[in-house]
Amino acid sequence: MSGASQRSGIQAMVIAVAGATMIAALLLWALGANPLEAFKLLFEGSFGSMSKLSATLLVWVPLVIASASLVITYSTGLWNIGVEGQIIMGAIFATWAARTIPGPGWVVMLAGIILGIVGGMLWALLAGVLKTHGGVNEIFGGLGLYFVALGLTTYLVIGPWSREGVASTSGTDLFDADVWFPRIGSLDVSWLSLLLAIIAIGGVYFVMRGTMFGLKLKSVGNNMASSARLGIPSNRYMLGAFAVAGGLAGLAGTTQAMAFHHKLVPSVSGGFGFLGILVVLLAGFRAAPVAPLALFFAALSVGASQLELRLDLDSSVGGVIQGTLVLFVMLATGWQRRRAENRAAAEAGGSN
Amino acid sequence: MKVSNGRTWRRWAVLLVAFALIGAACSDDGDSGDTTAAPDDSTETTAAVSEDPLKFGMILVGPRDDRGYSQAHFEGGEYVEAKLGAEMIVVDSLNPADKPETTVEQVVADMIDQGAQLVIATSDDMKDGIELSAAANTDVPMIWVSGDSAWVDGEAYRDDLTNLGNVFGRMEFGKMIAGCAAALTTETGQIGYLGPLINDETRRLVASAYLGARHCWEQEGNSADDLEFTVTWIGFWFQIPGVTLDPTQVVNEFYDGGVDVILSGIDTTEAIVRGGQRAEAGESVWAIPYDFEGACAEAESICLGVPYFNWGPSYLGIAESVADGSFTAEFQWLGPDWADINDKDTSTIGWITGDAVAADDVEKLDAFIAGLADGSINPWTGPLNFQDGSPFLADGEVASDLQIWYLDQLLEGIDGASSS
Repeated sequence: MSGASQRSGIQAMVIAVAGATMIAALLLWALGANPLEAFKLLFEGSFGSMSKLSATLLVWVPLVIASASLVITYSTGLWNIGVEGQIIMGAIFATWAARTIPGPGWVVMLAGIILGIVGGMLWALLAGVLKTHGGVNEIFGGLGLYFVALGLTTYLVIGPWSREGVASTSGTDLFDADVWFPRIGSLDVSWLSLLLAIIAIGGVYFVMRGTMFGLKLKSVGNNMASSARLGIPSNRYMLGAFAVAGGLAGLAGTTQAMAFHHKLVPSVSGGFGFLGILVVLLAGFRAAPVAPLALFFAALSVGASQLELRLDLDSSVGGVIQGTLVLFVMLATGWQRRRAENRAAAEAGGSN
Repeated sequence: MKVSNGRTWRRWAVLLVAFALIGAACSDDGDSGDTTAAPDDSTETTAAVSEDPLKFGMILVGPRDDRGYSQAHFEGGEYVEAKLGAEMIVVDSLNPADKPETTVEQVVADMIDQGAQLVIATSDDMKDGIELSAAANTDVPMIWVSGDSAWVDGEAYRDDLTNLGNVFGRMEFGKMIAGCAAALTTETGQIGYLGPLINDETRRLVASAYLGARHCWEQEGNSADDLEFTVTWIGFWFQIPGVTLDPTQVVNEFYDGGVDVILSGIDTTEAIVRGGQRAEAGESVWAIPYDFEGACAEAESICLGVPYFNWGPSYLGIAESVADGSFTAEFQWLGPDWADINDKDTSTIGWITGDAVAADDVEKLDAFIAGLADGSINPWTGPLNFQDGSPFLADGEVASDLQIWYLDQLLEGIDGASSS
């Protein structure tokens, strides 16, 4: 990236953030709240104390792992909308481990992690095979499999895994406390979850920047036909991307089941797969910005509860601010790209 | 040219930020200090009554304006604000679908941080969270509505949670009255019950509705065998798209199948709303909503009445006990005030007879209510069998509180699942 285009990118981002801030302030003002107070509460509600930071990191973990998963598939030119279903399948497999496998807590946790990864991977590979061998676009295949996963988890929660005598979509019985991911002191967040999240995003960064596998994934994503001519089997690499991404999504599901809810609930994926899509869009499909962007989104989600508690605003205002920001960044990025194209065209015209 | 562009974007950015800050500053006009859930009136009451008002947290499973279960709790909290000059902190729609990033424990911790001296978790589904919170904050009184953790004779008694009490209304009476109204009105002899999820509470409410219906059906000279009473469970207290059944679709299927009166057991108003639409199209259908006193307003012409919770008096008693330091973790299962079932200051459950009940049926319904009140009518009296035919109550045996609370199977005569 040239210095000029880098500057231009920063310009676009600054304008987008300023515009989104203004819209959010106007919205808050229209709702009768003091925008400065609301922004302050959003910050304090997510970073204002160790327990708030812990709550933010609880959300950051599945979000950053799901986003890492999406970096892999987007780089390969795959719109893995089914990531949400892969998270659910990871949670289901991990729950099976937590409920079934005997032994000390660490054995069950390890089994939960491995099986969660396997569950997500299998679900993603199914979408992959549907694409590579069945000609089913991964968007439709992924969405369909998401609904199947959602139905399966609901069935399990109100059916075979329901509480004694109770069919409730509020979830299964809590897992035994010794299979909960170990926490940091009295905080809710687990150091094991944090470690897994850092390994996931760090691993994806390394794979995409420093390995032949990552290079070939990007090659397939940039131009499948050219890659094929260079001898890269695109189907195999697409399935590889699905497998890795699905495994990561399954890991996110494991953390949701074993470190956040400590049980299986129907909405165990928490929408973090879909939110991850926004994170990765803002990150420009690159791994490096994912961690801070996911932290920002997690903070906005967690801090938004303070708007309800302290300002009596609907906490969905946080979601509106999130959406506004994404919209502005996308608009600004598009505007910047168009300017760059126009400039390039003008320069090309001038040199003729 | 480049320099000029740089200036342009900086000017835009500065302008936008300036607008945002000016907007923020302009709105800081003093109104922002009014940041609590308390309405203006109660804020004034607060100042008048006490300089240090009681703060309490209210955790709702649905929206505070759902015209159902959650709104009834919210209004109970407003009652405490008005009567005691207390201040309520509300978090609504706390369930894994609407707020996946938030747990009961986090909300309770936030409320305590904000000064809450009492926290009320209003849903059966908040059991795990409120029990963990009570264990973690033993000096803060808490209430788990509809729970049984403080019932010494109960199956889930937690003697270690001395700060967690339970409160619930004896809605069995409301449901029996609703069942009676349905039986007096039905023309097809088919009554449908729109059930939420299956647990002890919902089983006993469905059974109560059936027993009330059967009693009045038989009083009309009909045979119990000719009464069809069916429950369909949607899976949760309200619709969660993709997770639960669609209540509107269930209502349609009931009416399409010959049911002409639907009793709602869920937190939201689909039964009466859809019933009202079908009645407008010329169908003879009726509905009985649930939870919220004003629910009949959705379609008064087909509303046979509504059994509702009036949480104000019980919440006020609990709040007063916290304020004066006498709170103890009790299990309270509070019945109606039979002197006036709709007395807002004394009756925990109420019943409002709807406009759609025929005039002569109103008299029969009133007689049934009077019989419940003086004890001359008790439909929870044997002989009664469970759904599978096994005996529940012998002839003349009256069900105990424990038998009713922990009813583990529906009763003979009810179609629908007893368990998942």
